[in-house]
Amino acid sequence: MKELYTWAAIGLIVIASSAGDVLLSRAMKQVGDVSELWKDHGLFKVVERILSTPTFFLGLIAMGGAFYSLLFALSWGDLSLVVPASASLTFVANAFAARIFLHERVGRRRLLAALLVAGGVALMAI
Amino acid sequence: MTYRKYLVLAGVAAFSAAGDSLLARGMKDLGGISLDHLSSLIVAILNPWVACGILLLLAFFASYMSALSWADLTYVLPASSLGYVLVALAARFLFHEAISPARWLGIALITAGVGFVAAGPSHTTSDKRSKTSGIASQEAQS
Repeated sequence: MKELYTWAAIGLIVIASSAGDVLLSRAMKQVGDVSELWKDHGLFKVVERILSTPTFFLGLIAMGGAFYSLLFALSWGDLSLVVPASASLTFVANAFAARIFLHERVGRRRLLAALLVAGGVALMAI
Repeated sequence: MTYRKYLVLAGVAAFSAAGDSLLARGMKDLGGISLDHLSSLIVAILNPWVACGILLLLAFFASYMSALSWADLTYVLPASSLGYVLVALAARFLFHEAISPARWLGIALITAGVGFVAAGPSHTTSDKRSKTSGIASQEAQS
């Protein structure tokens, strides 16, 4: 039962944080380069620009869900399993999500890397 | 890529590793939380370890958002790969969790995979991308 809870929570983390990453990435692209915005208009303008982007709040909600899934998972499983497993599976899910939703170019090299990462996760579950 | 931007990417890795480690330390105090007692997840943030972990994760979030404003998601994510290594070291040496050889190999494979991406040419531009991220990816390729 303990393992089932751990892996169910890991699954929740992957779904929620992939959605969060994609939404936040899209929001920050809408905001623009933060360092230049800060340099030209000050920190207040950066905060104002981010807070007036609705996609940012959707991303936050998804990240909040991922955070509580992480707490849940950590209460059942080892840190050295939960964190790398959820983070690397999220990495693979994000590679596809970024390609589909953000139109980022994910080439052969990145797909091969995703396989390496998935192999690593399988080893850690033994 | 400027020196400051590399510093932001390093912050993404370090803050997430330290934050996760503190969260884990705090959650071990609370023990296993079952589906019947989900409300104890809300009380969990009152634990000092969890609270400190949350502060560090906020620092992670700020550097992560900053990085996402000038680089692609698939470029920023591999940068945090160093975080997995840091988490494994924290789990082994600070919390004395046992890490089997298979898990060490798994961590190595994961790190190799993400390092592979980070070392490769980052084709972060797309025809549909905005002008600002185009500049960021040209810098990333250089």
